[in-house]
Amino acid sequence: MSDMDDLDLRSLDDDELNKQMQDDLYDGLKEEIVEGVNIFLERGWTPYRILTEVLVEGMRIVGIDFRDGILFVPEVLLAANAMKGGMVILRPLLAETGAEQVGKVVIGTVKGDIHDIGKNLVGMMMEGAGFEVFDLGINNPVENYLEALEQHQPEILGMSALLTTTMPYMKVVIDTLKEKGIRDDYIVLVGGAPLNEAFAEAVGADAYCRDAAVAVETAKDFVARRHNLRGKKAKAQ
Amino acid sequence: MTGRQGPDGPPKTLLITCGALAREVVELIRLNGWTHMTVTCLPAIWHNTPDKIPVAVRQKIRTAKRDYDRILVLYGDCGSGGLLDRVLEQEGVERIDGPHCYAFYTGVQDFAELADADPTCFYLTDYLVRHFDRLIIEGLGIDRHPELLESYFGNYTTVVYLAQSEDEALRRQAETAAAKLGLAYRYRFTGYGDLGRFMQAAS
Repeated sequence: MSDMDDLDLRSLDDDELNKQMQDDLYDGLKEEIVEGVNIFLERGWTPYRILTEVLVEGMRIVGIDFRDGILFVPEVLLAANAMKGGMVILRPLLAETGAEQVGKVVIGTVKGDIHDIGKNLVGMMMEGAGFEVFDLGINNPVENYLEALEQHQPEILGMSALLTTTMPYMKVVIDTLKEKGIRDDYIVLVGGAPLNEAFAEAVGADAYCRDAAVAVETAKDFVARRHNLRGKKAKAQ
Repeated sequence: MTGRQGPDGPPKTLLITCGALAREVVELIRLNGWTHMTVTCLPAIWHNTPDKIPVAVRQKIRTAKRDYDRILVLYGDCGSGGLLDRVLEQEGVERIDGPHCYAFYTGVQDFAELADADPTCFYLTDYLVRHFDRLIIEGLGIDRHPELLESYFGNYTTVVYLAQSEDEALRRQAETAAAKLGLAYRYRFTGYGDLGRFMQAAS
């Protein structure tokens, strides 16, 4: 916590350190998160365990408090930046240790829209949840999505928009997938401040995700259902 | 501001207005002598929580229906994702056309072309220039955490000041605002645009 600047993180046992790091994440203290991640690695925690039990759990609490109006965008951004600091250390280690992948996600902000705060947060939380994330960035025309879907063959396509004027472009992308006969090959999740469930339904998305935590849970749920369905089909054959 | 209605005069009209437009709306009423129009405002800060806008507008409409011949809403969609329009349809009330005030000051079509040509512009109006430090710098926490500037504005290239009034002091403030964000600066005088035309048509 900010009032415990002199605290020696190494003096804490694992449980205390985990709690302290979640507090530090909540307070957006990037340096402390980096230090804590390194301490856990020295103590033999796997990168995946640090990611899920410390960082993702901490961000989950941040997400709840944001949803409840206790935290606001600046605090969430600071927490996300702190998590990013930890991810920089963990990402290559996760790749080395072959941590299990839940699925693949292609995600991007739609054409005409350059807002990426929410999209970046979703991407990071998806990555934390074990998805391989291919982030297309901002201002994406339909061709970018098609190319990335072809190249990465993800289970999930995520689209983001902040503007009332750009969110209809999601329908352009989904309609193009339909025209090409590949709409049902992907789980399409949409999000962004002006969106809602009715809009998601109207444009033909599978679900609207109101925040990063919901996006992760929805993605996991859809992927699990898809795997189950494929399993049943395979058995039936 | 309270409107009057003469026995054979224009209909007593309530304008439910975003707080960010209040000054301009009151000024238009004063300049044109539209004394039958009354303004009631909702907080401009609700643009950060746009789900509050449709609910509050509905409440305002229902409270005012008995007392006014006509109610008009001076809001864009303002990030409500179509929910405001659904409320207005249910209540039988009209609003000014456009997704947000930038569009109806500039003209909806003109703004669409502007935004299409360059989506990396951050727009200011007179209201936003006046309250820039409070709403943007303090409101987004940039004063306390300058490192967040990149997260918020890293994808923007230019501040475009869509000016309602010809005011040198505001122009200087807008240029300063652009410098604070580290962005290029452009000026475009819009006047009251469709806002003035909409109110004129309703007068």
